[in-house]
Amino acid sequence: MAYVAVKGGERAIDNAHAWLAEDRRGNPSIPPIDTAQIREQLGRSVDRVMAEGSLYDEELAALAIRQAQGDLIEAAFLVRAYRTTLPRFTASAPVDTAGMGIRRRISAVFKDMPGGQILGPTYDYTHRLIDFAEAAGFAPPPAPEMDSDGIAIGRINDILDSEGLIEADGRADGMAHGKAESEPGDLTRTPLAFPAARDIRLQSLARGDEGFLLAMAYSTQRGWGGSHPFVGEIRVGEASVDITPPELGFPIDIGDITLTECQMVNQFAGSKTQPPQFTRGYGLVFGHAERKAMSMALVDRALRAEELGETATAPAQNQEFVLYHCDNIEATGFVEHLKLPHYVDFQSELETIRRMRADAQKEYAA
Amino acid sequence: MTDDTLLSARGLNLRFGNIPALIDVDADLWPGEVLAIVGESGSGKTTLLQVLSGRVAPQSGVVWYRDPEGRLLDVHAMPAPALRALHRSDWGFVHQNPRDNLRMGVTAGGNVGERLMAQGSRHYGRIRAEAIDWLKQVEIDGARVDDLPRVFSGGMLQRLQIARTLVTHPRLVFMDEPTGGLDVSVQARLLDLIRSLVRRLNIAAVLVTHDLAVARLLANRIMVMQRGVVVEAGLTDQVLDDPQHAYTQLLVSSVLSA
Amino acid sequence: MTGYNFAYLDEQTKRMIRRAILKAVAIPGHQIPFGSREMPLPYGWGTGGIQLTAAVLGPDDGLKVIDQGADDTTNAVSIRRFFARTAGVTTTTHTADATIIQTRHRIPELKLTDKQIIVYQVPQPEPLSKLESSRAETRRMHGLAEYGLMHVRLYEDITRFGHVSISYDYPVMVGGRYLMSPSPIPAFDNPKMHMMPALQLFGAGREQRIYAIPPYTTVESLDFDDHPFRTTRAPHACGLCGAADSYLDEVVTDDRGGRLYVCSDTDHCETRRTAGHTGTESPPVDAPAEQAA
Repeated sequence: MAYVAVKGGERAIDNAHAWLAEDRRGNPSIPPIDTAQIREQLGRSVDRVMAEGSLYDEELAALAIRQAQGDLIEAAFLVRAYRTTLPRFTASAPVDTAGMGIRRRISAVFKDMPGGQILGPTYDYTHRLIDFAEAAGFAPPPAPEMDSDGIAIGRINDILDSEGLIEADGRADGMAHGKAESEPGDLTRTPLAFPAARDIRLQSLARGDEGFLLAMAYSTQRGWGGSHPFVGEIRVGEASVDITPPELGFPIDIGDITLTECQMVNQFAGSKTQPPQFTRGYGLVFGHAERKAMSMALVDRALRAEELGETATAPAQNQEFVLYHCDNIEATGFVEHLKLPHYVDFQSELETIRRMRADAQKEYAA
Repeated sequence: MTDDTLLSARGLNLRFGNIPALIDVDADLWPGEVLAIVGESGSGKTTLLQVLSGRVAPQSGVVWYRDPEGRLLDVHAMPAPALRALHRSDWGFVHQNPRDNLRMGVTAGGNVGERLMAQGSRHYGRIRAEAIDWLKQVEIDGARVDDLPRVFSGGMLQRLQIARTLVTHPRLVFMDEPTGGLDVSVQARLLDLIRSLVRRLNIAAVLVTHDLAVARLLANRIMVMQRGVVVEAGLTDQVLDDPQHAYTQLLVSSVLSA
Repeated sequence: MTGYNFAYLDEQTKRMIRRAILKAVAIPGHQIPFGSREMPLPYGWGTGGIQLTAAVLGPDDGLKVIDQGADDTTNAVSIRRFFARTAGVTTTTHTADATIIQTRHRIPELKLTDKQIIVYQVPQPEPLSKLESSRAETRRMHGLAEYGLMHVRLYEDITRFGHVSISYDYPVMVGGRYLMSPSPIPAFDNPKMHMMPALQLFGAGREQRIYAIPPYTTVESLDFDDHPFRTTRAPHACGLCGAADSYLDEVVTDDRGGRLYVCSDTDHCETRRTAGHTGTESPPVDAPAEQAA
């Protein structure tokens, strides 16, 4: 028998890409989806891709979703790989969420407060019944207009803070005139090192996988590092982004982004010398993403265990465990790399196991 | 300190918040001597052990150690690598819970051999032979050298920990309640073993215990601590037979009445 | 390619990576953290190696990319195309012609020279990762050169199996100081790293680490005096070129237990065949049927 070494990697890849393109388009007799349709009608997908892709660009996220056939991790990956090539002009001033145009704002700790509870567009109280009318092209009647639409509403934690009942808001206090005293770190430029400071942890969580954060947050509720949380406030709305170009020397508004912010109010800490105070867990995510913002806030609080003098035993309290594993682009790459050929290593394992088996059999025979 | 003092501490102070753990503590240890630190829980005895062994820094005071070449080392001013090197060669630490020190997924031989390998031993056969020899010295059957500690009883685990600690022939061993958590009959056998090993190998030891009987059996000298202060110190028999301080008297009488 | 810099990465990023490389060369075997960028290829598929290659690649370089020793494996093709597309450099499959060789899982059989750089793709740069999961602790262990634990692992292997059972990613000591993962190359390739004339660079993108072995540096595989390090290969000769000393791939030829062993290094095999070497499965030379056609 004559054997010809396996060849054809080049051709195989070309063929695979051609097939993929065809598969992605689907049945050509069905009209292709417009990215505007994705942006308008699959908004939560777009939001998730922007958050995990770490880039606020609805049009780009919609394009990525279509290119990835709706695979949101793949789409976030496309966005990330594009983002990394972009020049970095400047850092914005801290976004003022107290001044955001509120679309939704709820609190679970007070029945009513200035600004009130605003349910906004939520799935919370829908009955999860598949709507067959929608399949038939049913158009919804216009929703009633909210009176206070777009009015700035103060934060609940500021109410608690005014009485000193909740700990100070960390770094935010040290910021004056919209400028941070020290610029927050950036893990896309500087490698993660431990122990990681809270700015880096929050950045990592904000980019982290929603499913992973959800499971971590859930585990803290089930006893793996509990912190007795209350939802102080969840707010969704549009916040303006300001930058100060050095040539101008004063801040200018470059546009609005949709944000979801969650402030968790947690079990108090204190000692004989320090009066007890509630502690904070914080979540902030691009777009409308309450599940992610809440999970982030719970995990943020769990990761502060050591700083607050609690014993850190649960996975969600372990910085290395959470931060090294929450990035789904890293995770999916490494899990899926197992598809790559490993036959050199497997060959050496084969030879080793054969030798060991031979030794064992020799010994058994003797 | 005199020229042959092995370990010497002067003016140790440490407080945790408002709680004083050590107040002006002095201590001396000579080669081959066993010093017991006794007291109730919260008396500062374990903190003192941590400070003497360099694991916890005092807020003031100094701990000197005389190395085999006769040089005096300031334990808390040493660079971390040197201190860690000391801990894996010239010193040993026996924990109350052997699981804190042993590698439960590594065979008995690997556990005993680790310190040898950390010191650069690179001959498998000799490492293994030495491990077997040490298992025998702590009264564990040499045939169990390839067993995992998981299958060992509590008393055996503690003896394995002692073998793992003594394999590099340390001159100084710190022991934190080495017989705590063991049955009385197992305790007696272990105490016997520790006593014969430290005598035979001429090991100096600092022993923390709340059990005066353990101190009486093992220690040449004794320090009694209460709320971070050394209230009484001296030869073991002298202190226990004729306690001067009211707190020592209380400790001794509570043992007797129990 | 329009819209992108030469070799994809911007010059600032390349400078940052070159600084990390210089530091890595200055401290052989020591892992240097670097601001690994997101690449258009997935993590675990060579992003660290690609960033290193992009940082050292110049327009006159000849680039060879191998995976499992072969130029034609799909991931090698993909990475080679990436650089052909973004840098327009000459690519080659001939080891001797390459100035930069990016590899996953192998070192070429041909002895590399001091005119070459070999770039390894590294999935897990921390050799102690399986023994100690905390990176804060492993950093400390490297800092203090506390490597006894690694020998405990080898001790346990010998106790259980009679010899060390690590067959790839076999830990090495570099320059007598740092314990290092050689990346998942077979232990067979470890001796090639010792005193290699070529610069060896290692990149782990996901784990954000770069490390290096400068030319002519000692690289010792960990062992015991009475259980010295030894390499294994399939005890056969290559079916195509007859080489009896190269690392072999095992090919399953039928479902009745048929096996064929061929060189894993495809360039090595082809070079030998061009020079007239044959193996038991070589196609007959000057077959009459071919002459007729």
